[in-house]
Amino acid sequence: MNNVVLNNTIRFISLLLLQVLVFNHVNIFGHINPMVYIVWVFLFPFRKNRNWLLIFSFLLGISIDFFSDSAGVNAFAITFIAYFRLPIIKAILRKPEFDYVQFNLKTISNNKAFLFIATLTIIHHFIVFSLEYFSFEALTSIIFNTILTSIFTILISILGIVLFTKKK
Amino acid sequence: MRQIVYFIKKFRYFLLFIVLEILAFVIIIQDYSYQQSKFVNSANYISGGIYSKVNSVNEFFHLKKNNQLLSEENARLKNLLGKRENSYASDTFKVIDTSQYFQKYEYSTAKVINNNYTKRNNFLTINKGSKNGLTPDLGIINSKGVIGVIKNISANYATVISILNSNSKINVRLKKSNHFGTLVWDGKDYNVTQVIDIPRQALVRIGDTIVTGGKSAIFPEGIEIGVVRDFIYEQNKYQQINVLLFNDMSAIGEVQIVKNLHKDEQVTLEQSVVNE
Repeated sequence: MNNVVLNNTIRFISLLLLQVLVFNHVNIFGHINPMVYIVWVFLFPFRKNRNWLLIFSFLLGISIDFFSDSAGVNAFAITFIAYFRLPIIKAILRKPEFDYVQFNLKTISNNKAFLFIATLTIIHHFIVFSLEYFSFEALTSIIFNTILTSIFTILISILGIVLFTKKK
Repeated sequence: MRQIVYFIKKFRYFLLFIVLEILAFVIIIQDYSYQQSKFVNSANYISGGIYSKVNSVNEFFHLKKNNQLLSEENARLKNLLGKRENSYASDTFKVIDTSQYFQKYEYSTAKVINNNYTKRNNFLTINKGSKNGLTPDLGIINSKGVIGVIKNISANYATVISILNSNSKINVRLKKSNHFGTLVWDGKDYNVTQVIDIPRQALVRIGDTIVTGGKSAIFPEGIEIGVVRDFIYEQNKYQQINVLLFNDMSAIGEVQIVKNLHKDEQVTLEQSVVNE
């Protein structure tokens, strides 16, 4: 148990610093900044009690907001995907009962893991850009930014997950 | 009563979700009102401290460029001084009347420790705060133009609303004539901002210089901002004027803070006129 807590604490702090110090300033093609901190939601352990996931996701989001002066935008978006993580993974696996203890991103097939990450990333990015622009006139910019940034977020998240998590 | 407890127990998870989302949404909405200083900002002890640590490494790589900017500005100021001396020399007599000397603007320097320019609403963080006598609504400039206006203040840090922000509205005018307009940003290119509300009788040409207007109580008049890159003139008015900034907003190091010493006087006077 202690190991899980320690692991997640380290992951929380390193994702936060990685996002605000590195990925907020990479500017791929001049303006794309991948939001890789949502890896937090993909990797947070699946448990019966899901309150902690919501609370810590919100805390991570609001910490990112503190650093990047974006009000509550990131907090709103990451809490949203944290809540819908379980329904989405259930829909992807097409199983009514869910094995909380055994489940791990590495135990499901690659396609399903990719679908899971991609769905959550696109939802998250769409919320972030919608709240940032906050107008219907900018819908094309919102969709354009969502797609481009999602591509890089998904790529980097998958690379990070493959490289930095243990095979189980 | 028992049913309410049962309801809360059953939907505890969903209620937690709703509470957190409402909390986040309230913070977002609060941020949209320009007047209110916001709670979530990077001018605090932790994020300001981390940014200034990282920046102390980062600025080392920009020393050469900063030195050049400094020496360019020195040359410009020396030229200005030279012009003044000439006009004095041609005077046959000189009256020293101290009541004619008054300082309207006070300048101090600060360092940008965090800079955003790719989002829709961009903010900067600088390494001076209330300990250095800063207050909200002071102007931030550098040698190449306007950067923004201070919004939040902590003891050692301050956040600045960049001109690349949907809340930023700065009074500008054409350098060659006195037609006023407002500088805004459409969120597309960080090198190009837009001027709106230019009256239709103004003659705008590509290449015209845009400078700050004297209407606002924040910036001194005549700071050069950029040149007109292109414009659309339709239905007898200027629909859009694109201004190419002199500043490279992606690389900002040293900045100057402008404090208008006559601001209170000006604002009180203007308000008393409105109230009558």
